[in-house]
Amino acid sequence: MPLIKIRDLHFYRGNRAIFEGVNIDIERGKVTAIMGPSGTGKTTLLKLIGGQLRPDKGTIEVDGQNVHKLSRSDLYELRKRMGMLFQSGALLTDLTVYDNVAFPLREHTDLPESMIRDLVLMKLQAVGLRNARNLQPSELSGGMARRVALARAVALEPMMIMYDEPFTGQDPISMGTLVNLIHRMNDAMGLTSIVVSHDVAETAEIADYIYLLSGGKIIEHGSPVQLRRSGSQWVQQFMQGLPDGPVPFHYAGPEFKEDLLKPEEYA
Amino acid sequence: MIKLIRSLGRWGLGTFERLGRGHLFLMHILAGIPGLFLRFSLVIHQVYSVGVLSLLIILISGLFVGMVLGLQGYNTLVDFGAEESLGVLVSLSLVRELGPVVSALLFAGRAGSALTAEIGLMKSTEQLSGMEMMAVDPIRRVIAPRFMAGLISMPLLAAIFSAVGIIGAFLVGHGLLGVDDGAFWSQMQAKTDFYDDIMNGVIKSVVFGFVVTWIALFEGHDATPTSEGVGRATTRTVVHSAFAILGLDFVLTALMFGDE
Repeated sequence: MPLIKIRDLHFYRGNRAIFEGVNIDIERGKVTAIMGPSGTGKTTLLKLIGGQLRPDKGTIEVDGQNVHKLSRSDLYELRKRMGMLFQSGALLTDLTVYDNVAFPLREHTDLPESMIRDLVLMKLQAVGLRNARNLQPSELSGGMARRVALARAVALEPMMIMYDEPFTGQDPISMGTLVNLIHRMNDAMGLTSIVVSHDVAETAEIADYIYLLSGGKIIEHGSPVQLRRSGSQWVQQFMQGLPDGPVPFHYAGPEFKEDLLKPEEYA
Repeated sequence: MIKLIRSLGRWGLGTFERLGRGHLFLMHILAGIPGLFLRFSLVIHQVYSVGVLSLLIILISGLFVGMVLGLQGYNTLVDFGAEESLGVLVSLSLVRELGPVVSALLFAGRAGSALTAEIGLMKSTEQLSGMEMMAVDPIRRVIAPRFMAGLISMPLLAAIFSAVGIIGAFLVGHGLLGVDDGAFWSQMQAKTDFYDDIMNGVIKSVVFGFVVTWIALFEGHDATPTSEGVGRATTRTVVHSAFAILGLDFVLTALMFGDE
């Protein structure tokens, strides 16, 4: 049984449809990528899975529980088993790196400080930032902040972890570090990972399965190899990053020629 | 015409919706307060940043307001040969009225705007969202301690404001203008009633602390998560707080002293 089962998901922002009938299965122990152009609601999907937003129609089940039917306390119990890595890292700016990683442990457990220290150092060691534990979040680079956030997200040993655009704006070295970490964490801790991204090469490298999302629908899904061989022009355009194709280079509207012949607009 | 009615309707609906959200937000905060007694260190930390850090502006403003009151009061009283009553005039004005009101206005400008900006930035940098995803309720963990801190700090700041103001008036009245110090203090003691004057002032400052902190936290929490949105929310905090303080001051004064 998949860990996350999304069925017939509909979600609207005002009159704009973000999702119209999306079905997704996230298999346990695998890295599943949700990819698509900017503005297709990939982050919204993670917020729907985490129960921060409610769908207008359809269901989302996590580990057999319908997320949006849970009471507040049950939802919080479920969230303790879900980790989420925000694009910005979302570290608490008034706490040090150490206290950030210790935060979920202190909030949710009664462990003595000595044990919290061991756990925090273990998690920070795993992301290579044990010696940065006394820094403030403002002293970290973007990539380091994401690694600290990753250490914090796994502090409570969750069953799954959701990554929101983990590679955006990273230099090649921290990109490589993050790709490696996500892959290693998934295998070493027996996690289930969902990576939302539009960085094709990096994501395809670690994903076991990819869903391609556009215009509120799943356009294609399959393993990275299957997607590369897909006959769909749209998929080819996206996977190879071609500037023009089924997704036009020009924003929709009247033809250029028509516009040039309408000088009265600016008169 | 239809357009005007429509925009009026939209404005009305928007206002009521915000009012509703604000009240739900308050309920959520109040529900989180009992839990704070188990972790009072969270509150103490906030009392420092909300209250202690506002001390300087309260002390300086209180001193000057008191000194001005001393000068102005003396000039008026001396015409009637009643300059000995300067102590009463100053203490009643400060304790009943100026202490709570002026310190609340300063509090809104110093601590309220800081709270709004802090919460607004936490929202825009996804810190609040991040907490929710860690199964930590940000309203209980972040907002409620700040609310409690505002509630504790405001009456203390108002009391300090009044006390410093009285000292300021004494320095001017006795030191500069030569009012008899015995008369200054004894008349003040005789005419300032603990329940009618001091406690009513304290009640006012508690109410102002409640309202200002509530407005500041709600504006921060409800801010559009952009730098422009946070900026606008901060301005709204100061403006709405000022309106609320002055409006409520009238209502409270009418209730407390209206039948005298």
